[in-house]
Amino acid sequence: MRDRFASTRAFGPWLFLAAALTHLPLQSAEDEHFGIPQVKFINAQISAGWTDAKLTPSKAANDGEWCRRVHLDLIGRVPTVDELNRYVADSSPAKRAELVSRLLGDDYVDEYARHWTDVWATVLIGRNVQNERVNRPGMRQYLRRALSKNIPYDQFMEELVTATGANTNKKDVEGFNGATNFLSGKMEEMGVENGVQATAKTAQIFLGLQVQCTQCHNHPFNKGKQNQFWEMNAFFRQTRALRKRAGTDDVQWVELVDEDFAGEGGNPEEAELYYELRNGLMKVAYPVFVDGTEISKSGYLPAKLEDGSSYGVHRRRELALLIKASPFFPRAIVSRMWAHFLGYGFTKPVDDMGEHNPPSHPELLDGLAERFREQSFDLKELARWIVLSRAYSLSSVTLAGNSRDDPALGEKPKFSHFYLRQMQAEQLYESLLTATQADKTRSGEDAAKTKDKWMSQFVIAFGTDEGDDATTFNGTIPQVLMMFNGELVKQATSTGKGGFLDKVASSPMASKKKIETLYLAALARKPSTTEIETANKLLVARGGDVVGALQDVWWAVLNSNEFIIQH
Amino acid sequence: MSRLIDIPHGMSRRHFLSHMAGAAALAAPATAFTNSILANATDMRKRHKAAILLWMGGGPSTMDIWDLKPGAATGGPFKQIATSADGVAISEHMPLMAKQMHHMAIVRSMSTREADHMRGRYYMHTGYVPNPNVEHPGYGSVIAHELVSQVPDLEIPPFVSVGGGSVGPGFLGMTWAPFVVDSNGNVRNLDMGIDPARLQQRMAMLETIEKKFIGEKRGGSADDHMKVLDKTVKLMTSQQMSAFKVAQEPKDEQDKYGTTGFGKGCLMARRLVEMGVPFVEVDLGGWDNHANIFTTLQNQKLPELDKAMSALVSDLADRGMLEDTVVMWMGEFSRTPNINGGGGRDHWARSWSVVVGGGGFKRGVAVGETSSDGKEVVSEPYTSQDLMASTLKALGISLETTFTAKNGRPMKIANSGKVIKELFA
Repeated sequence: MRDRFASTRAFGPWLFLAAALTHLPLQSAEDEHFGIPQVKFINAQISAGWTDAKLTPSKAANDGEWCRRVHLDLIGRVPTVDELNRYVADSSPAKRAELVSRLLGDDYVDEYARHWTDVWATVLIGRNVQNERVNRPGMRQYLRRALSKNIPYDQFMEELVTATGANTNKKDVEGFNGATNFLSGKMEEMGVENGVQATAKTAQIFLGLQVQCTQCHNHPFNKGKQNQFWEMNAFFRQTRALRKRAGTDDVQWVELVDEDFAGEGGNPEEAELYYELRNGLMKVAYPVFVDGTEISKSGYLPAKLEDGSSYGVHRRRELALLIKASPFFPRAIVSRMWAHFLGYGFTKPVDDMGEHNPPSHPELLDGLAERFREQSFDLKELARWIVLSRAYSLSSVTLAGNSRDDPALGEKPKFSHFYLRQMQAEQLYESLLTATQADKTRSGEDAAKTKDKWMSQFVIAFGTDEGDDATTFNGTIPQVLMMFNGELVKQATSTGKGGFLDKVASSPMASKKKIETLYLAALARKPSTTEIETANKLLVARGGDVVGALQDVWWAVLNSNEFIIQH
Repeated sequence: MSRLIDIPHGMSRRHFLSHMAGAAALAAPATAFTNSILANATDMRKRHKAAILLWMGGGPSTMDIWDLKPGAATGGPFKQIATSADGVAISEHMPLMAKQMHHMAIVRSMSTREADHMRGRYYMHTGYVPNPNVEHPGYGSVIAHELVSQVPDLEIPPFVSVGGGSVGPGFLGMTWAPFVVDSNGNVRNLDMGIDPARLQQRMAMLETIEKKFIGEKRGGSADDHMKVLDKTVKLMTSQQMSAFKVAQEPKDEQDKYGTTGFGKGCLMARRLVEMGVPFVEVDLGGWDNHANIFTTLQNQKLPELDKAMSALVSDLADRGMLEDTVVMWMGEFSRTPNINGGGGRDHWARSWSVVVGGGGFKRGVAVGETSSDGKEVVSEPYTSQDLMASTLKALGISLETTFTAKNGRPMKIANSGKVIKELFA
């Protein structure tokens, strides 16, 4: 207990500044949405939920916490000491909106793209790198380009769902299109090229619908029917993932192509597929979207006859148009983005939004989805609305009036305080580089490969055809061992000449300031009196070896719950 | 003194220091200590109950392994052979297990409803279907939680998962999460490389930060982090980590299990149970055989399984450990009796088999029956809950045990499953 009081004292001026800006009701409700109607809408919906559930919202997070939080979520790393100081010193009432504009603007476009490339690569192809039909650098190259240009989300979906071309960008490979990597590894399983995974993942990611169970049977708990799965699957039957080789076979890649589909019955005018019911009967399926919309049954790709008339249909393009028009499409991304920033989406799991799984905030979900469509599917705008909302501004410190709002207890989230969650491994990696001012040029593919190698230690594959994977970067012992003793942390805590600790140690700052610098760099706050005292004991124990004592403090700070937990 | 750096129970300070001194000390254990551990291990082996789950990721076709239907249209090409258990026949491609079946029991009347990988995996591990509002603990967390008090000297995690991720600890909390290792038993990043006094000072600093953050009442994961730190320090300084070193076994012992990942994993499971670990899960994936199932089973999966599983069962029996150690074999579901156009079988949960043995289980029986085409259970059908209840009974764990989920809701162990009576004498 002593710690808490002591720390409040040491925080004196710091807390005062924070309180002046965010704790006191200086801002009217008008100001709190920064003149953005979508933010106003979110705030109204969320606070209605608090009233219904008789919850008291937590106080606002202090400046340091909020600044750290928004850096981690928008650009995937903690703020530098300079970035933090600039934000804290800013007395403009609109400074939150201004910081978000900076992070979403040109100055940070490379870091924004790097972070969201990590996020989307995990969604689209998972973290497991074992699938030889997926070229991770190719996928990343596409994502970096698309995300740095902030292409509209409907275009993004369409480019991924309809991609054709080579999945690998190498010499001797023509027609590179990195977007093909979304589907290149999902067309075939165990030697059968049936697009089953392509169907399941497209529905899951872009529509928030879990259809994979209905591959084999009508779903026991929701309305999914087996025919729906195979009718969706029919959209992928003109698509083939061809294995290609060049030179002395050392260049291999996958080319995704569309071809006429003759149909399993041999009639390309009505190109059907067959699937098997549980009782062994075979049934026929043509392309039908989940909402029942049928398209032409033709298996031919579009072409013109000599008389000028045309025939055929491009099934994947039709699918992309249907997805784009579907109400599920914006709902799925709105919930995914909300979960990215607030820790929980409107359903759990976030990509299972069927009727059997009602959302926590249905009106907010639908309203936000509509507004996102009206805003031309602009992902940066959606991010801006969410991070400027009151829900995102709240402290993670709970109150008697809201500690029961805890989705970890199985309650539906009400967002009356910020929920703790662990950093993703990618965020930790980038944060360590930032905090130690390590590698300044880290947006290139080489940097990404180094990170891949480090990431691979956490991946566990599940041995299924669906390529399911999990991570041991989940707060268990292997993660703590990596933080205690791993190479990355060894480097981050190195006392080598010219390194971060050496620079801090040899600067003219007083030793208290040096410790403060470490705290600001990692935790975005100053140390408490007790923390300073403990650190001073370390300095004595090190016999006055300043860099050695700073190393001990730095190691402890990086290993702390406060560092690894997004709060 | 910091709670995080308490010297492990039963270890002298001098000894603690001797192997905190760095990698070299960890690699060369002090003789006196090792002897006492070995003596302890013998003692523990007599006392403590444990379970080993052989998890077959992907969903193995049990009608090609444990419940053959020769002659049926759905039967496939494999023949069945007699085993050391009277009247129990299994696949011809499991000849080594056929000699061990007098130790084991097959349940041929499993009937479940989850035929999606992730759902089935969850359901078979926990006894509950996935629920958006609560995460349930799996076998490893439940059994480790119930049995760990039998092994007070255990310094390594009570739930080890070899070669796979198992499922999480659910509402029991991160301290009951599986400790995941690869089948070589390599635990990364074990060596701190600084002297113990300095580690202790660092831990004091770390504890100051941890406690401050916990005291601010931001949620349970802050506290969980500190508990895991505590466990990690214990493990880093433990001689018991040698149980992971399969390479320390004599070569003929290693050959008996096979040098495959699964073989090494099964051997590691035996070593870990000997050291006192109450629950080990060993993962063998690759059973999702939608195409070309019979060549895959005959040439790859079954030989690997047969060698390792039979070595494990016979080894446990020879060492007198089978009385106290339950062995289970299962996947998330099985595969369709109908053989599809690609020569494979798809997902099927309605009628299938699991295998159990050891502990209090009855030996050398096959329980339950499926129809002649394998598509229906024709005796009383059993569920994941029933299997879990039976396993707990075989380990002497009370089925009256009730957990309190984080939201305060009471949760009966094994989801109130009914014991499969035929599995007990």
